[in-house]
Amino acid sequence: MRRGAALLRAENVAFVVFLAFMLVYPLTTDEFSILNTAYFMAITLMALSLAMIWGKAGILSFGQTAFFGIGGYLYGIYTLNVLGAGATWVGILVGVLAGALTAAVLGYFMFYGGVNDVFVGLTTLALTLVLQTFMAQTAGPEWTVGEARLNGYNGMYTPQISVGDIPLFGRPLYFLYLGILVGVYLLLRWLAGTRWGYGLLALQENRPRTETFGYNVRLMQVQVFALAGGVAALSGVLYASWGSYIDPSSMGLTAAITPVIYVAIGGRRSLTAAMISSMVLLKLSQSLASEAPQYALVIFGVLALLAVLFVPEGFVVAIFNALDRWIFRRPSAGERVAPSEVAADARRAG
Amino acid sequence: MRGERADVAEPIPETPLLVLKGVSKRFGGLRAVSDLDLTVGRGELRCLIGPNGAGKSTVFKLIVGFERPTTGAITFDGAEIDAWPTWRRARQGLSIKMQIPGVYPELTVEDNMRVAAQHHVRGEQMEEAIERLLARVGLSGTGHMLTKNLSHGEQQWLEIGMALSVNPKLLLLDEPTAGMGPGETEATGQLIASLNADGVTILVIEHDMALVRQIARTVTVLHLGRIFAEGTIAEIEVNPAVTDIYLGKT
Repeated sequence: MRRGAALLRAENVAFVVFLAFMLVYPLTTDEFSILNTAYFMAITLMALSLAMIWGKAGILSFGQTAFFGIGGYLYGIYTLNVLGAGATWVGILVGVLAGALTAAVLGYFMFYGGVNDVFVGLTTLALTLVLQTFMAQTAGPEWTVGEARLNGYNGMYTPQISVGDIPLFGRPLYFLYLGILVGVYLLLRWLAGTRWGYGLLALQENRPRTETFGYNVRLMQVQVFALAGGVAALSGVLYASWGSYIDPSSMGLTAAITPVIYVAIGGRRSLTAAMISSMVLLKLSQSLASEAPQYALVIFGVLALLAVLFVPEGFVVAIFNALDRWIFRRPSAGERVAPSEVAADARRAG
Repeated sequence: MRGERADVAEPIPETPLLVLKGVSKRFGGLRAVSDLDLTVGRGELRCLIGPNGAGKSTVFKLIVGFERPTTGAITFDGAEIDAWPTWRRARQGLSIKMQIPGVYPELTVEDNMRVAAQHHVRGEQMEEAIERLLARVGLSGTGHMLTKNLSHGEQQWLEIGMALSVNPKLLLLDEPTAGMGPGETEATGQLIASLNADGVTILVIEHDMALVRQIARTVTVLHLGRIFAEGTIAEIEVNPAVTDIYLGKT
């Protein structure tokens, strides 16, 4: 694999540039933009979760928004009921574990029940819509968990992440979110390069074949689904904490499809591409929302269609590939460098 | 690899490697395999032949665990494996090359080998093992290529290399030369014979009688899900009943 030489790749360079930009950015701009970018980072965690489950394991899930909502609501319920120093940090853990556990249970029944491919998409979409419908009818005063009122479409007001009694704000919040985003990104990249990650890569192409090489395919599917569920829940937790608020629209149809579009446009097989694409498109989405809100979804839909039709690997990944060929001089995986040598070897087979 | 194991002179157990006892498989009203008794000894190279629909591929699916027998028992290396999932059988040394190439077209050749070998080769030995196996199946220098860009024959060889990378006790080859030309078929035959000479027990499903003549010591003829005949290739070829089933007379 020659991993040492493989480090100098467009994808890695792009990550370093992205990280450097993100580190410098808050020193150059105002408080509003800093907080706004923190919001992008919270949502981008969901794109990372989707890139992991869809790009690395071939499981297209529309349920990431459901786990996002579960994370956000559970964070709110916990932190509204348990006060005191450190409660919000435990709340993060509660939200993430709730999302991961829900995904593990759903994943167990799906994958051990033989549900795969497009049916996973349908099942997870149903989960998202059921959760949204359920949360939407919780406006009445009877829908409380301890001190936490679910509040239907009026939304639940949640505490912000705090150090002691002081809520994090501005640059500290920004750098916390950046640390979490980069930490999760590096964790997922590391996992994708392990034996387990290679197994995921293989099972998305051919599950029965992968099992004949000794991989417990169904268990691996449940594991990656739970992992991605936990990351999506973390996204929901950070979102709820950032705005001190979460409501059922975060689990709607549009919310379920948006991260799929971000990841498809960037390139689902690359965590780096998905992360950068999500950050850029969120910014674009926000700009369009103020300039031409009626066109925002149409434009993203068209971009996604163009990606599917002409650049199926994704626009950002296509740029990475082009840079790899032209600047880093790495041979394309599709080239036959020495067909004559192959033929000669073939003749010597045995 | 197996050859290295032989060097340390492990005692070879007397028990057969694979035993199918009274195995049947029904698909609805169709009985694909019927009360089959099959024993494969250690170190054997046996060919399974028979007309289309004889149940050959179903037998392989039962052995690797893609299908469970309706009745009967399968024992591998002394353990009853009927209830074992496919992945557990693989970790015990059962390896298969499927009829339709079971390679990963979107991964590179090297990654195909890596995926196959990961449960059986330690990390620091991986690159050396991959290079050695690719050389063995005649694919040196193709490691970085996308597998979908290999020719059909090369994909077949790659899959044999992948099946070998798990250090198999028993290698199942389902039509390993399907779609190959005469030269490629002969080279594949030499490869199979050399693997067996190194101590790998091999069970081959094959229609190409030239290849069967080239490699087989024992031939088992399946017909309507049962063993119809068994013997050396010379005995099978002069058996008029076998000719009749191929011509549809039985």
